[in-house]
Amino acid sequence: MSAIATLAQLPAVLPAADLAGGTTSTGEAALFWVLAPVMVLAALGLLFARKAVHAALAVVLVMISLAFLYVAQGAIFLGIVQVVVYTGAVMMLFLFVLMLVGVDQSDSLVETIRGQRWIGALAGLGLAVVLAGVVGTAVYGPPTGIDAANADSNPVGVARVIFQDYVFAMEVVGALLVTAALGALVLTHRQRLTPRVGQRERADARVAAQAVLTPLPAPGVYARHNAMDVPALGPDGRPLEHSVPRVLRVRGQEADAREYAARIDRVLAGGAANEPLRDERPHAPVDPLETPPPQAGGDASTVSGGHSEQAEADR
Amino acid sequence: MSVVATLAAGLPAATGDGAVAPVTADFSNDTWWIWLIKAVAIIVFLLTSVLIAIWFERKVVARMQVRPGPNVHGPFGLLQSLADAMKLLLKEDVTVKAADKLVYVLAPMIAVFCSLLTFAVIPLGPMVSMFGVRTPLQLTDFPVAVLYILACASVGVYGIVLGGWSSNSTYPLLGGVRSTAQVISYELAMGLSLVSVFILAGSMSTSQIVDSQTQIWWFLPLLPAFLIYVVSMVGETNRLPFDLPEAEGELVGGYTTEYSSMKFAWFFLAEYINMLNVSAVATTLFLGGWRAPWPISWINDGMFNEGYWPVLWFLAKLWFFMFVFVWIRGSVLRFRYDQFMKLGWKVLIPAALVWVVCVAVVQGVRQFSHLDLRTLLFVLAGVAAVFVVVSLLIPARKEPPRRRRSGPEVIDPFAGGYPVPPLPGQALPPSPRKRLADATPTNDPGTTPELTQEVHGG
Repeated sequence: MSAIATLAQLPAVLPAADLAGGTTSTGEAALFWVLAPVMVLAALGLLFARKAVHAALAVVLVMISLAFLYVAQGAIFLGIVQVVVYTGAVMMLFLFVLMLVGVDQSDSLVETIRGQRWIGALAGLGLAVVLAGVVGTAVYGPPTGIDAANADSNPVGVARVIFQDYVFAMEVVGALLVTAALGALVLTHRQRLTPRVGQRERADARVAAQAVLTPLPAPGVYARHNAMDVPALGPDGRPLEHSVPRVLRVRGQEADAREYAARIDRVLAGGAANEPLRDERPHAPVDPLETPPPQAGGDASTVSGGHSEQAEADR
Repeated sequence: MSVVATLAAGLPAATGDGAVAPVTADFSNDTWWIWLIKAVAIIVFLLTSVLIAIWFERKVVARMQVRPGPNVHGPFGLLQSLADAMKLLLKEDVTVKAADKLVYVLAPMIAVFCSLLTFAVIPLGPMVSMFGVRTPLQLTDFPVAVLYILACASVGVYGIVLGGWSSNSTYPLLGGVRSTAQVISYELAMGLSLVSVFILAGSMSTSQIVDSQTQIWWFLPLLPAFLIYVVSMVGETNRLPFDLPEAEGELVGGYTTEYSSMKFAWFFLAEYINMLNVSAVATTLFLGGWRAPWPISWINDGMFNEGYWPVLWFLAKLWFFMFVFVWIRGSVLRFRYDQFMKLGWKVLIPAALVWVVCVAVVQGVRQFSHLDLRTLLFVLAGVAAVFVVVSLLIPARKEPPRRRRSGPEVIDPFAGGYPVPPLPGQALPPSPRKRLADATPTNDPGTTPELTQEVHGG
């Protein structure tokens, strides 16, 4: 009950503080009436955005607008530090995690815990009441005005307040933050049960397994044709099967290197590359709709030579 | 010792004792058209500087690689960057279908917009007479101007990060993630290295910091901070050897992969303006800003420190840093990502922290004990000397006794499962076949069996 009573007092307290502070210039008022709707919209955007990154951007917008308002009110240091610390560091860390979610993902509105929404709403209401109670019972001293506060430059004034008047509270908050960071470290720490497998260990394992240590040869290297499906030729002239991408090999779409060599020899000899047309295309594209089943392969082979035989092998 | 003496001579006059005016530059005479002139001049200066910087970089890197570089369009190829800019303008502007449209378009704008903000607080010169109005060669200044620069830089990175995310593609996303990590870690080191300048200058306003360097430029007494700043400014601008967000060998083009035409050009523009920005900050905070270098500053009672002359010194220092950027690019290889992070977190940030504490202690002792700086520095030098002497007395750690071998070590070449050749100082075991051959009597009694081992190297 008392909390609600203080809530009612709140509007009475705030304008009083405002009046004592001084008058608002036209420029400041204009800035406020431009930025305030933007900030409200962005804050609503945080609530209703479906993508996490959009929500984060809405928060960034609120932060920067707030910084403008701080600067307009003479709290330059506060405004700039707000951007450096919150927008530049804290929000960037948030974004770091959120980005990994991906562009196409958006929140699902399915409740993962039963009654989650009601609990959330209740907790939010409780927080509002507590905040209102704290703000309502806070005692404001008589405002001194921005000129007196900024007498020897704004940062010096802020430093006096933080490191002189409220130095104990400052230290306590600092200790609290360090404890929280330490707690996060301890909670996420994992004892390593197996030795760490680094780059060096991987390299040793590869050597021990007698794997190919160099990068695999690219298809078509030393061969006389550089298509993806033509195996490279080793120094001894034999085709290297592992130079053809594994997918093509699994599908059986690998070309015959010797056939390509023969074609080029025919061209060099002055003929056409495709002279004996019978089985020039050892790996014709396999289309299940066009290739007849093996038992009905008779008429297909009359059309395209050795094609169907190869197509069978390709499967 | 002579360095200490110069420092002792220079520092007391240079550092203020607490009560200082928030901003040195006097903007009271400025009218709206003065602001307009300055703002437009800064934009024009930045855009033309970028065109020149691209040409400069290509030309200098070419010279370092013993080739001519761009030399076809215009005198010395000067119009090459103009031609490139026109090409980018006229190219097809592709918007990726799967991209998050709004953020995809917004990202390059954020990058450029934030990069243009920094020069507003950079002092290009002292008070000059501009169309009859006495005004400083600086758009504006306030008590936290350097923090404002850091804020602009940190918001500008959102452009890169969001560009990488919104493209909805693997490599740009990796580039964006890398950029985030890079910014967080290198901005810390950068900010900490600037703090020692704030402590000595007693202010965060740029004009005040330049004013505090009348006697001595801060890069000398604050050499560690200067070095840390130079390293982290390269990291902050994504330049080689720290250009991991756009490493073309690993990530195609990083965050710029899915961008084309003018949107790509904006990222490009932002990168070069950022180079100019960090160079200008380094000049202002560590190299005396617009102040003339030492012998020149004495000529004719400081004639070269007045009027429009200082713009020349400022530009010379700025382009010195631009040259350093190109020089580094031409000579250093790109870091591996883990090496890069290790350098940031395990070397730069601890070093910057320790240095800030040292500077703060020295300054605090000066302010609170009213000790003469000269005595203080001599005491510090004495402590350092004692430390050096003591460290000489501590016996060096003994090397583990090396096994003295009479001959080369015989290794098992198949120990790792794979035949390896012997290294220098190693030898292969005698071949079993050779032993077999030695056992059987040779046909020719004149030749003796060769028994010497095959030894490689030392």
